Order: sequence, then structure tokens, then C-alpha cells
Amino acid sequence: MAYKITLTVNGKTITAELEARTILADFLREHLSLTGTHIGCDTSSCGACTVHINGAAVKSCTVLAVQADGTDITTVEGLSQNGNLHPIQEGFNQEHGLQCGFCTPGMMMTAKDLLQRNPNPSEQEIREALEGNFCRCTGYHNIVKSIQYAANKM
Amino acid sequence: MIPFSFEYKKAASVKEAISMLDGDAKILGGGHSLIPTLKLRLDSPACLIDISKIESLQHIRDNDNSISIGAGVTHAQIAEDKSLATHCPMMGQAAKEIGDIQVRNRGTLGGSIAHADPAADWPAVLLAANAQVTIQNSNGTRTVDIDQFFKGFFETALEEGEIITTITVPKTMANQNSAYVKFKQPASRFAIVGCAVALAMNGSTIESARIGLTGVADVTYRPDNVEKALIGEDLNEASIDKSVQDVTDGVSVMSDHYASESYRKHLAQVFVKRALKKLM
Repeated sequence: MAYKITLTVNGKTITAELEARTILADFLREHLSLTGTHIGCDTSSCGACTVHINGAAVKSCTVLAVQADGTDITTVEGLSQNGNLHPIQEGFNQEHGLQCGFCTPGMMMTAKDLLQRNPNPSEQEIREALEGNFCRCTGYHNIVKSIQYAANKM
Repeated sequence: MIPFSFEYKKAASVKEAISMLDGDAKILGGGHSLIPTLKLRLDSPACLIDISKIESLQHIRDNDNSISIGAGVTHAQIAEDKSLATHCPMMGQAAKEIGDIQVRNRGTLGGSIAHADPAADWPAVLLAANAQVTIQNSNGTRTVDIDQFFKGFFETALEEGEIITTITVPKTMANQNSAYVKFKQPASRFAIVGCAVALAMNGSTIESARIGLTGVADVTYRPDNVEKALIGEDLNEASIDKSVQDVTDGVSVMSDHYASESYRKHLAQVFVKRALKKLM
């Protein structure tokens, strides 16, 4: 059976028909071709699939697309505005906050949630906020610096 | 990972959700226990009934003698709630230790206790808080004391056709003087051992104690021998060390690749002491 949903993704209204079992991360990637949202562990541990639903960071591998009906979603593709990098993206660029880049979209979306709630986080607060995002390359050090860069800029 | 196919219905009220609940349907709250179960194909309900849009389940209410928490309230809401921070600090402490911010933004209190994972945090906390669970079915509502709610491994007092609507935490001296500590599995952040304590004090003397342990056995439990031993003692390091003996007495302790039975036993002892010392 197909279910009809209408939602906003990165400011655009989207209507789609899909199976109830369609996972939000798959919907974003396969149906909308927004492949910036990555799927890592697929069991809500690694955070690579983090997107915002109504402004709050969630793991889109553990949300059904039908549950997102009527919501406002932001993915990593929605960070830059008019071709200008978001300060968080700029921070990751300037501070070498990535190596392979797999975890980066999730890291940035979690950082955005943090900076919305706490515009001037301490290093400790940044590290705690990232507890649900795994990076296997950088040792987190430059990711923390990237987020500090963004916090100073925002 | 893709779940088996299922139907999906959105309920506008608890009453409507109950009317949709037949034998092979499951309630979907935040989905943070259920969706992983479906993706791993450990369960294959024919229908999911989404209760996450039901307004009446979303509130924390500060009453005269209690705080009532809607089943659909998220861990993040509990972590930020000021009245709970005052009247039952272990609630906020536990909420902040669940998963990570993304999980806390989505997972709900009602969903967690309905699932009754033996390593979940809430069962131990609600047990120590002497909470009550309000359950609705087609005949009306009933209230279950938390001591009677958790029955076994992923098993609760919920019957078919029933939905948890509210969890009520009494405003007591003990709950004001409460703490939660845990030793977590670093990837999932589930409790390998979690301990909640609530102590009613008369001056420096312990008048009564409620202790909840999670992660240790296949169901959360109260080490009543320790609770009894603490009564009448002064709250200090020596009396804690003396009273906290064999917290797994009569309990079948779990063993897995994170922690063996003997290590878990050791951790349980250590974390009951740590929780008590946090209140000194």
C-alpha cells in the first residue's frame, strides 16, 4: 500500500507516495537524491545519517518517512545559502575537520543543533554533544576546532 | 536494512489508537526501540499505530503532590524540565545519559518502558521513584504501581489493547534527594549497570531507601536487603560500605560479551555505592 506524505525538505515542499516501511534516510537518498545524508551503522549509533526534523537533530535511519509527514526537514544540502558556505561548513574547511568525509554531514548537522541551543559551547560541551557521531579518521580534535570556528563566526 | 511490510495508521487520540489496536498491531511512539527491532526483522507486526501526534501525551505537568509525564514526552524534554530537576533530580540525570542528543530528541518515556529493555535506564529510575503508570484500554483507565509493572525480559503489565498514557512521579522528600549513575556500553550507551537511589532523610539519618538496578538481571529490580540495611544509618562512606553487601542476592545476573556475570556483580556493587555517595 502506498502512503502519501507532504513535507518540506531544505525549504522545498515535497509530496511523495511511498511504502510505510520506507526509512527516512533511504527516502532522502533514493527518492530525493539527497545523498549528502550518509548511512553508516544503520542502527542509530554512528550519527552519519543525522538530519533536522523541525529544527532538532535526529538519526534518519531510525525514522520512518511517513512519520516525517507534515514536518520541516533540513539535510546537509540545506546548510549553504545562495552558494555561500554555512559557517559550520566553513569551519570544517578551514580547520581540516574531515579526512574521508563519511561522518562529516552528520557531524555538521549535530553541530548545528548544538549551536542553536548553546551558541558559545565549551570544548567539553562540544565533545559531549558529539557523543552520537562517530569519526574513525580524525580523532575528533579538528572537528571540535571546526565547531569552535563556527561558534566564533556565528 | 528494510523492515517487513506493514500498514501504518495515524491516531488522533488515545481512544482512536485503542480502537485500532487489534492483535497484530503495535504502537509507534518515537520509534527508537521499535524501528531498530523492525529493521533487524526481530518483529513483523501487520500494522503500526502512530501515537506521536497525540497532543495529550506530550506534556509534563507539575501537580500539587506529583509530576505527571505524558507517555509521548521525549528524553530531551525530561532532561530540560525544571520541575523534575527540583523534585526528582535522578530523572534529569538519567535522561541526559540516554543515547545521544539525536536519540533523546526522538525517544519517549512511554515507549521505553513499554519496550522494557533490561538495559534501559528508565526502569531503574521509575522503580526508585515509586512511580505509577496510567494505562488506558477500551474500558477506561487503570493505574499500576511501578513495583508491579516490569514483569520480566521485555515483559510488562501491559495487556493487549492497552496504551500507557501517563507516568506519575510523586513529590516526596526521597525523590528530591535522588541520584542516578551508570556504567554504559560506549557505542549504544545502554546501561551495562545503572543504579537509581532515592533516600528519605531525617537529619543525617536514612529513614527509608528505594534503589533500582538496571542492566544486571533480565528485569529491573530493587535490592531490598540493601534498602533495609540502610534504614537508621547515617549517610557516610563507612555506613554505605557496611550496608551495601551483595546487591545481587537472589538475582540471576546476566552475562554477555560486554560484561561477564562476575564483572557485572562487581559493577552492581560499585554503582549502588556510587549512587549513594552522590547524595552525601
